[in-house]
Amino acid sequence: MKQVPILKIDGITIGQSLAIVEYLEETRPTPRLLPQDPKKKAIVRMISDLIASGIQPVQNLSVLKQVGQENQTPWAQRAITSGFNALEKILQSTAGKYCVGDEVSMADVCLVPQVANAERFKVDLSHYPTISRINKALLALEAFQVSHPCRQPDTPAELRA
Amino acid sequence: MQAGKPVLYSYFRSSCSWRVRIALALKSIDHEIVPINLVKDGGQQFSEEFQTLNPMKQVPILKIDGITIGQSLAIVEYLEETRPTPRLLPQDPKKKAIVRMISDLIASGIQPVQNLSVLKQVGQENQTPWAQRAITSGFNALEKILQSTAGKYCVGDEVSMADVCLVPQVANAERFKVDLSHYPTISRINKALLALEAFQVSHPCRQPDTPAELRA
Repeated sequence: MKQVPILKIDGITIGQSLAIVEYLEETRPTPRLLPQDPKKKAIVRMISDLIASGIQPVQNLSVLKQVGQENQTPWAQRAITSGFNALEKILQSTAGKYCVGDEVSMADVCLVPQVANAERFKVDLSHYPTISRINKALLALEAFQVSHPCRQPDTPAELRA
Repeated sequence: MQAGKPVLYSYFRSSCSWRVRIALALKSIDHEIVPINLVKDGGQQFSEEFQTLNPMKQVPILKIDGITIGQSLAIVEYLEETRPTPRLLPQDPKKKAIVRMISDLIASGIQPVQNLSVLKQVGQENQTPWAQRAITSGFNALEKILQSTAGKYCVGDEVSMADVCLVPQVANAERFKVDLSHYPTISRINKALLALEAFQVSHPCRQPDTPAELRA
């Protein structure tokens, strides 16, 4: 597919971020990233897919290359705004401390990177108070900090934390 | 206690809706369909009533067991967990990961880039090349992957969630006149799946909202 991420683990090679996360969840189940209750689990997956299928693919690098330089920002903003309008509504009924109740889940794993994309494309996040609140709470957690784009081996010097 | 059958909000031609229809048929889950026309009246998915049901303003939506779920694969995974027979995901975690990877390749990597709302934005004259490019790019990768994973179907010899995603995407490819002769493995598997009853009863040409001229 000529894309990242790819994970080589346990003798196999897996692409597609959520397929990878689900595999990690099944084989390294602690701490849990999916609720045990099937209905809550469905909500976590729905939110994750809203982001990973509904928003990100429409504003990823390879699509943006096709729309032309001057159209890139409005295009990305439109994709993100459309998705976040829906997500904000959904989260108002599902969220506790985090996207679904009070435990960090796969939905939160998807949320933070998408908010970073939104900031990069200058989407006005003041329209999304629930998304913003949850994002802030998650960014305080160590896992979201050590994994941040500004702390990676390939982070350019000028963007490094 | 939840009275009444599950209700699926579906558009005959929506490949995402078709995935859920296939899964419901494979698992013999009795259900009702409420058609939502994505084109008529400016798009019935934009009605206030439907927006309350799904803020994403998309199909499919399944109302089941007292909850409302959007996103076709979240729906299929819920059906798998609550109605596990017949299985649509292998028990082995590694094989399961491969099924999910193929499903996501289609459901995140191809379909969203060539769906109705994106095509509306690229302009009439650009729609077909745009869609062809998205599908070709994805199918180039998928054909290679399937060469190492496929048996009778996408992953080994059992129908899985990957197959549920494949057939509707091949139909989209045909609709946009993608040359499928480049994809012999995809074509072979698609043909084998279309022979199965679940893929036939759920087909766009047999839905309550199929227009007369497209009806089987």
